[in-house]
Amino acid sequence: MRRPRPPLFLARAVYRKRRLRDAARLLPLLGFVLLLLPLLWGQGFGAGRMVAYVFAIWLLLIVLAAYLAPGLASAEAAAGAEEDAP
Amino acid sequence: MPFNVLVLTCLAYVAFLFLVAFVVERRAARGEMGFLRSPMVYTLSLSIYCTAWTFYGAVGYAARSGLEFLTIYLGPTLVFVGWWWVLRKLVRIGRRQRVTSIADLISSRYGKSNLLGVLVTVIAVVAATPYIALQLQSVTLSFGVFASATPENWAMPNRDATAIWVAAGLALFTIVFGTRNLDAKEQHHGIVIAIAVEAVVKLVALLAVGIFVVWGLGGGPAAMIERIGSFQSETWQLQPSRWAGLIFLSAAAVITLPRMFQVMVVENVDEAHLARASWAFPLYLFLMSLFILPIAVVGLDRMPADTNPDMLVLTLPLAEGQGGLAMLAFLGGFSSATSMVIVETIALATMVSNHIVMPAWLWLRPTAALSGDLRRGILLARRLSIMGVLALGLAYFRLSGGSAALASIGLIAFAGMAQVLPALLGGIFWRGGTKLGAGLGLSFGVVVWAYTLLLPSFGAGALISVAVFEQGLFGIGWLRPQALFGTTGMDPLIHSIFWSLALNSAAYAVGSLLSFPDPVERIQGAAFVNAFDDEAQAERLGWAHGQAEPEALLNMAQRILGEEVAISFFEAEAGAQGKAGYLPDLTPTFLAGLERRLAGSVGAATAHAMISQLFGRATVTVEDLLAVANETAQIMEYSAKLEDQQAELSRTARQLREVNEKLTQLSVQKDAFLSQISHELRTPMTSIRAFSEILTEGSLPTTTVAEYGSIIHDEAKRLTRLLDDLLDLSVLENGSVQLDLGQANLGVLIDRALAAASQTRSERAFDIQRDYSAEAIFLHTDADRLVQVFINLVSNARKYCDAAAPVLRISVRQKGGRVVVDFIDNGLGIAKASQGLIFEKFARLANESREKGAGLGLSICREVMASLGGTVTYLPGQRGAAFRVTVPLRLEKPLGPESL
Repeated sequence: MRRPRPPLFLARAVYRKRRLRDAARLLPLLGFVLLLLPLLWGQGFGAGRMVAYVFAIWLLLIVLAAYLAPGLASAEAAAGAEEDAP
Repeated sequence: MPFNVLVLTCLAYVAFLFLVAFVVERRAARGEMGFLRSPMVYTLSLSIYCTAWTFYGAVGYAARSGLEFLTIYLGPTLVFVGWWWVLRKLVRIGRRQRVTSIADLISSRYGKSNLLGVLVTVIAVVAATPYIALQLQSVTLSFGVFASATPENWAMPNRDATAIWVAAGLALFTIVFGTRNLDAKEQHHGIVIAIAVEAVVKLVALLAVGIFVVWGLGGGPAAMIERIGSFQSETWQLQPSRWAGLIFLSAAAVITLPRMFQVMVVENVDEAHLARASWAFPLYLFLMSLFILPIAVVGLDRMPADTNPDMLVLTLPLAEGQGGLAMLAFLGGFSSATSMVIVETIALATMVSNHIVMPAWLWLRPTAALSGDLRRGILLARRLSIMGVLALGLAYFRLSGGSAALASIGLIAFAGMAQVLPALLGGIFWRGGTKLGAGLGLSFGVVVWAYTLLLPSFGAGALISVAVFEQGLFGIGWLRPQALFGTTGMDPLIHSIFWSLALNSAAYAVGSLLSFPDPVERIQGAAFVNAFDDEAQAERLGWAHGQAEPEALLNMAQRILGEEVAISFFEAEAGAQGKAGYLPDLTPTFLAGLERRLAGSVGAATAHAMISQLFGRATVTVEDLLAVANETAQIMEYSAKLEDQQAELSRTARQLREVNEKLTQLSVQKDAFLSQISHELRTPMTSIRAFSEILTEGSLPTTTVAEYGSIIHDEAKRLTRLLDDLLDLSVLENGSVQLDLGQANLGVLIDRALAAASQTRSERAFDIQRDYSAEAIFLHTDADRLVQVFINLVSNARKYCDAAAPVLRISVRQKGGRVVVDFIDNGLGIAKASQGLIFEKFARLANESREKGAGLGLSICREVMASLGGTVTYLPGQRGAAFRVTVPLRLEKPLGPESL
């Protein structure tokens, strides 16, 4: 059976959900880059500020993930069928 | 704080955990999952990532290397925040393929290769044993801290004894709640809840100690950051390679550690929980690590220099006189250690029993698989495995003396388990990954890991000689355990991780590229890599999972069990649930019962596949299909056997019937023949007797006497001819004819036949059409017999051809090694209905002028031709009577049994 051709342009809601997934995929990369940043700072920066920075990034990642999670969970439940092809 | 109070508290806490687990198991058995199915419990159960290594060891790690300890928690954070990449797929695959452990996942992905399962199991056991020892060590150490700190100076009875008691208690708990039932999904609700409770306890304990340290001793957060910033230590330098490498390593570990896989994938009850855990679990880790550095810094400041930094969480409150807080911290550490050991043991025991013990047992006793009752065997294997794993941990603890720093053991275990990562990720993202590749990769990785990290960790000269350390294996400089291929610039841990995973991945890729997967492997590969696609496909086609209505089930059951049985079964089940009517609720009990009933009819595997297809989200695995195929094959084989027997019986019956018919026919023929022959004999005999009687009266004129005499003579001649014919026929039919073979010219033979036959109705002038040139053929045959046949045919034509100007055409052709002679006249021919009869004995057609001869001529012809190796047939469609005689050019061997 031929698979039905997906529509060229998606409805706004579906479009947003897909970008949400893209964001979810990008989040760990963003986190990794940000967490590697302290390595480039050199020694003058001080352990205290470095700790504060790492924990701040950590919290940021948690908040972003928490922001994305409900949308992703519902998207998965509702629209599992339109999993975009890699 | 008196030591016995501590022991009592500890026992009370354990009793409480038992109670919680017990109550939850009871409720789960009744199907009341309720809060058990909350994402909160799932997230908390994931916290077994934080073992005693985190609880005690992280402070020690921080005290030694500063910020670096965070890497252990940042890696999992990145993995969970990026759950859409890997975890989501792992959980989906785990649920759909009913994966029971990480070893099962790998073996299932690569075509249910048990060898891979064994390999992963061995890696897991080797990596986890020191880790379990570490937990036992932390519990005994913490007991020791209290024992030495008590004013009454309660001497610790014995370090080893404590460890043994703790291990025995853990074994009991794990066996009671871990092997209670044998569920296909390997879910242990009681244990999950107990872990969740312990997760809360350890978080609260660590936060309490942290808050006490920051606000009670450190003077607030700002002052604390100041204090950390001004803390000077040589070892606190951030090493870039270790920072990045350890983040990667812990990210790999959180996916591959057996206990993490157990709670994350196997115990998962709802995929949606992962979305919540994606941020809640990092938050948990965040909170766990928040106060580690302050505790370390303050502890190093305030405690004497020789304090074990690994025990600061406990010793700091004790030294500050906070007995209650210390007790809480102790319970926190105890929780971390016990929950880790319990889950790790279950995970390892599942692997060991499923991939090593049971296959070995079934191999030793193949008949056990047929007896059906494997459940007890599996449970026993599971229990023995639990005890075995714990005993290994205990043995390691006693042998190693529990001296090594906690952090290094944890990292070695991480690096060991991370060897599974290439095969795992390759397995779920790359369809080209094969069994050979995975096996090669795992083997390479483990060997390199053991050689560069595990064995050296015991110290130079312990398991690897100093010479090997300095000059390399066999004196090859490139094979130094901590400088493979001359890479001396790396930290030993990073060096090991780098080389083991690099060689592992390379071997996996090369092995996969060069080998060809078997069919099961290819199907499994597609199912794993396209875990989401087939769901999408199914939804597009309108199959909905998990929406089986009781009615649909009843429908299916009716078709299999029969209407009456199915309806009464459903009614009874509904009655048992307290419902009226025929449709019970779809409780697990009911489904299990139904599956058993169906299994009685269609086989267990088929029943399971049907129920799970209709009800569960789990897809039918290839294994299921193979089992179904196996069952079907057995049934088919059985019915094929029955069919064969039946076919043979009916064949025999048919043969008997045919023989019977032939016999009946023969009997009828014999009767007909006898009556014919007596009739044929009687007619001339009657006239001979009548005329001879008249003659014996005498006094007859001589003319009359002469006339009567000639009649008698004629009739006697006819009798003689008839008897000659009969004799001829019986000789021919018996095959006892003697052939007089010789060369003969066909034309001459026809001449002879025409001359002889001209006697018959000699008054009729026949126009004979012949082709003399075609007749110039020499035959090797019995000329007299052949002429006899020709005479018969020609005289038949003379007798019966009723045309006004009769024509007999004799055509001769050579065809292959045979000569075909046709005798065609221009009469009316023979009616179609009679054509089959003319060769029978005494066959004379109706409406025929009564001629001389008994109607045996054509029968004799047929028999003669048969003995000459030829045939004579009626040739229809020639506008007249036409007979075809076919005779071989050379009759080599005289036919018939007599001439042999």
